[in-house]
Amino acid sequence: MIKINNAKLSDNSLVDLEINNGVISKLSKSSGKQGDGIDATGKLLLPGLVDLHTHLREPGREDSETVLTGSQAAVAGGYTAISAMANTNPVADTAGVVEQIYRLGKEAGLCDVNPIGAVTKGLNGEQLAELGAMADSIARVRIFSDDGKCVADPLIMRRALEYVKTFNGVIAQHAQEPRLTINAQMNEGSVSARIGLPGWPAIAEEAIIARDILLAEHVQSRLHICHLTTAGGVELVRWAKQRGIQVTAEVTPHHLLLTDELVENYDPIYKVNPPLRTQKDVMALREGLAEGIIDIVATDHAPHPAEDKDCEWQAAAFGMVGLETAFSVVVKTMIESKLMSWTDLVDRMSTKPAQIAGYKQQGQLIAENTPANLILVDTGASWQVERNNLKSKSKNTPFNGMNLPGVISEVIYSGKLVLSNRLIVNGNHG
Amino acid sequence: MISGHLLSAADLTKQEALNLLSTAKELAAITDGPNKKLPTLRGKTVVNLFFEDSTRTRISFETAAKRLSADVINFSAKGSSVSKGESLKDTAQTLQAMGADAVVIRHGSSGAAKRLADTQWIQAAIVNAGDGTHEHPTQALLDAFTIKQYLRNDQEDLIGVRVLIVGDILHSRVARSNVLLLTKLGAQVTLVAPPTLLPVGVHEWPVTISYDLDSEIQNCDVVMMLRIQLERMADSFFPTEREYSRRYGLNSVRLAMLSKSAIVMHPGPMNRGLEISADSADDLKSVIIDQVKNGVAVRMAVLYELLGGAKIGETK
Repeated sequence: MIKINNAKLSDNSLVDLEINNGVISKLSKSSGKQGDGIDATGKLLLPGLVDLHTHLREPGREDSETVLTGSQAAVAGGYTAISAMANTNPVADTAGVVEQIYRLGKEAGLCDVNPIGAVTKGLNGEQLAELGAMADSIARVRIFSDDGKCVADPLIMRRALEYVKTFNGVIAQHAQEPRLTINAQMNEGSVSARIGLPGWPAIAEEAIIARDILLAEHVQSRLHICHLTTAGGVELVRWAKQRGIQVTAEVTPHHLLLTDELVENYDPIYKVNPPLRTQKDVMALREGLAEGIIDIVATDHAPHPAEDKDCEWQAAAFGMVGLETAFSVVVKTMIESKLMSWTDLVDRMSTKPAQIAGYKQQGQLIAENTPANLILVDTGASWQVERNNLKSKSKNTPFNGMNLPGVISEVIYSGKLVLSNRLIVNGNHG
Repeated sequence: MISGHLLSAADLTKQEALNLLSTAKELAAITDGPNKKLPTLRGKTVVNLFFEDSTRTRISFETAAKRLSADVINFSAKGSSVSKGESLKDTAQTLQAMGADAVVIRHGSSGAAKRLADTQWIQAAIVNAGDGTHEHPTQALLDAFTIKQYLRNDQEDLIGVRVLIVGDILHSRVARSNVLLLTKLGAQVTLVAPPTLLPVGVHEWPVTISYDLDSEIQNCDVVMMLRIQLERMADSFFPTEREYSRRYGLNSVRLAMLSKSAIVMHPGPMNRGLEISADSADDLKSVIIDQVKNGVAVRMAVLYELLGGAKIGETK
């Protein structure tokens, strides 16, 4: 049993709670007394965070990240559920591979690791992967994505959207028109013009979003837009929602904070796909998230080994790690700016992602008899990002050296304390 | 100068650029004499690190360094460890270990020179000899030198000089460096290209944009033709070579439209018959050979300033 005393909820009420057999067994108004449990005085108690966009690199690139190290990073960042993207090697396009990833997650035992299945075989965009087999596997896959690549062929996209209706699946689209982004390196605009890097225009994202929204409407299926980055994309999703189309969208923490001006020095730590955009886009994304047009925050945690960033820009890999900084970046950009409340943050980082993915044990309100996936946050404290202290096997964070608000001190996953005083304490690997 | 490197024309203040041009002029005068060699950089090692083929730029830098008595090492990517997959970092650290004082780098990746300067891979002075589609600052310096020589020999800067830069602006490092440097020196720059070969965002540059060469050519003092890469046609930047040549090429008709004192420039290598006709390239208005010659003097000045050579005149 775990007891937590004097914790603050997002509505500012103070509570004591007891956790037994994986659920909150008792929740009561705080007595103000400290017993033998965790003293949560001054800390905020929130549901565990849920990420729908995580690259774990296992199988295939265990030098960058494994399911275990990714789970550790997730816990340090306050996540009790993550979703492993399909672009591993071999690709997660069969029941066998998704079950392997699912089992590795269970073995790590630190958070739920839900595999995402590929839409097409080998991510080649040509032939549907065995979506039904992945859905029926023990991993119970519901999100399908070729992330890293766009499902560019409109007919394949249509078929995928239709097919997943059988099991209430969702297609998570990496919206990038391939012909408009040949050899693209960064946002196309005044900075790319000046520094001479091939541009990745906003329109290449928006054209696919517009097309897929219309396809989703036509076949009455569920579409999820991965890592939305442009002001125009927000407007398209707003329009679709007004029409009642079943579309959801995510934004990454880095796109809420960083802009393409950072590329000026050609430091590949800022190389990411989709690319960092302009300040105008950043502000539109923040407003879209606050308004709920963008439904959720997702990390697009993308680990890469040192040599893939310690090089010239064009030779570098796209991607940034994000699990351990996501919460604090959202606090900085959305809470400190007063665009969102804590209740909104819980909605965008826990409740909504769990609903989109159908993770029934996650994202629930804090109440008696609900699953005990919880985090304690010292909202008044801040911490300095030190890349070498990250739990992730890869250190490619663009936030190194930044002072960020909100310290996650405890994480309870499935009734078990897995992070205590910022240290990983449990799981199945000691 | 410029924190010990020359990476971009933007790094130079107007005064620094003018100082380089005047140093180049002094050096040119000396090397025009019977003994072309100066001992100023004796004992210094200059590495030409070329990841792209560029015979003319490499031999220009090599000549410049040798006239200043530096030791020159040519490191070309082809046939070296680089073609076996060695990273830029490892190459740089190797050159550092061998004691390079300056590295002249030509690389296909925009920002490669800046990365060498910003990282701890190597301590040498870095000279950007062309990075991807970003910049080629010594080309801009030699172009400014040549324009000054012909049109503003008696003045300090280039105020009032009207320069047309014609062609593939999008992919041109020569255009980017020239826009930065020539406008800094007071010239008025107009870019002439089809819209497909202008970068999105070009409207923020301190230049005028035109799609029509014929309407601009009568009102300029300098027309600088850029090399057009034939593979651009395959990527649909323009329909055919012939159409490009008709609309944006310098030919005898357009040559005749130039003002009497105007000069014709080209950074080379030329596609004769495509962006420039043979008679235009060989016309009296053409200063293309002077550009090549001035390139050596300007690069001598850059190496001289960066490697802290003794004052000119104090050396024999």
